[in-house]
Amino acid sequence: MRLSPRLTQAFVVSLLGLATAVTLVILIFVIVFILRKGLPAIDMEFLFTKPQDMGRAGGILPTIVASVLLPLIAVAIAAPLGVSTAVYLTEYTRESRVTRLIRFGADCLAGIPSILFGLFGFIFFVTILQMGWSLLSGGLTLALMILPTIIRTTEEAIRAVPNSYREVSTSLGATRFRTTAKVVLPNALPGIVTGIMLGVGRSIGETAAVIFTAGSSLRMPSSIFDSARTMSVHFYILAREGLSSEKAYGTAAVLIISVLAVNMVAYGLMNRFIRKRS
Amino acid sequence: MEGLYSGETMGPMPVKFSIQQLSTFYGSVQALRSLSMDVATNRILGVIGPAGSGKTSFLRTLNRLNDLLPDFRVEGRVLLDGSDIYGPDTDPVLLRRRIGMVFAMPVPLPMSIYENLVYGPKLTGIRDYQRLGEIVEKSLRAAYLWDEVKDRLNLPALRLSGGQQQRLCLARTLALGPEVILLDEPSSGLDPISTARIEEALAELKSSYTIILVTNNTKQASRVADETAFFLMGELVEIGPTEKIFTAPGDSRTEDYVTGRFG
Repeated sequence: MRLSPRLTQAFVVSLLGLATAVTLVILIFVIVFILRKGLPAIDMEFLFTKPQDMGRAGGILPTIVASVLLPLIAVAIAAPLGVSTAVYLTEYTRESRVTRLIRFGADCLAGIPSILFGLFGFIFFVTILQMGWSLLSGGLTLALMILPTIIRTTEEAIRAVPNSYREVSTSLGATRFRTTAKVVLPNALPGIVTGIMLGVGRSIGETAAVIFTAGSSLRMPSSIFDSARTMSVHFYILAREGLSSEKAYGTAAVLIISVLAVNMVAYGLMNRFIRKRS
Repeated sequence: MEGLYSGETMGPMPVKFSIQQLSTFYGSVQALRSLSMDVATNRILGVIGPAGSGKTSFLRTLNRLNDLLPDFRVEGRVLLDGSDIYGPDTDPVLLRRRIGMVFAMPVPLPMSIYENLVYGPKLTGIRDYQRLGEIVEKSLRAAYLWDEVKDRLNLPALRLSGGQQQRLCLARTLALGPEVILLDEPSSGLDPISTARIEEALAELKSSYTIILVTNNTKQASRVADETAFFLMGELVEIGPTEKIFTAPGDSRTEDYVTGRFG
């Protein structure tokens, strides 16, 4: 039996629509579920005071601070390194066996489970370099983890910049560096920001690699050499040790809201940047 | 930058470019075959020929834009005011500030009209706001675009129409204060009115600049060029005064092409 083109079309469209709907429903269900359980636990005291009794009571302020600092450190290290590497690979070298090897390495690195990064960070940063459990150890470990993603997304974004822009800039007497800085990177920025935001998202949510390297101290960190507990780690410990499911969901809700907020701000800024130019 | 209108760039030598046995290669593919010709100062040289005849390759060899391609190779000599542009003493970046280029498709950089125009001058170290403003106005006037955009210089250049964009590209090249302007089929994507505007501008500009105009449109060459060169499959078939090329060419292949029998 053959279906008519119109029926086939309708069938395919409804299938695709269904898939989209299922995805959306699951996403909304997860968010609504956590917010419904978590929002009641959130108030000023929860957000702005220290935890008491191992997190059974009180707020989560130190974990919020840690969750802000840790991704910041990771991105501050990984973004310049990753973007520079991508620029070098795309604008300054010819495609060769070496560049392909680097790219292959980056892809493999991106696929390694985070707990292995945690183990590496524990052995290398915490123990060998004697940084101890600290925001710095955690930030460095996370930086390694998100580096491949930043390199690859930046590379793709740079590749997508029309070659004619490079030619025009060069013909106007710009050096390769000027062309990269003034024309290539600004035009690749949306893609680069996406890569960095993926890194931020992964850093905020990461648990395994962070427990091993930043530790789980509940005290307020006073410097990047202090151990600290992020919201994800806090949630994990609260839930796993059965300390307080109310506080656990509250933490989860704050985590989800901040991830959404960070993404919204980033894309808002990016849209404004793009509108100004075209 | 002084030379924008003044014609000071005209040296005692009437020859701007002296091209001697120039051959170019992309990998193993040869684009130009042992080209020899002179380009006169402050004249318009039209370069005509069918697609694939090496016209664009020729232009991009003159401002060393082909250097961007990893497997590009050049043989022979290209002398600009007597010194070899492929010689060890030539910095291609500085060379390109003397030789402006307008591309086939208008490519405004995704920034404002003003930023497009000051892009080149700023690279040469001009920072003075007033000076930049003068350059912008002069260049836009010379490209017949000033009246249309003078009130909206901060508009993103991509919002201009195609014809305006190409005149912006011409103005952007003029803003460099170059000695030579290379035009690579500058009106291939434009309507007749925009084309006429560009040609008008060129006729005006040749008193101060050496212009090389590659065009697919033989009529355009006959309208604006003082001299015309005919390229075929990477070879220079013939070069001479435009009138002669179009009325009494020395080579039958030139005649076939300009009369429209092939190409």
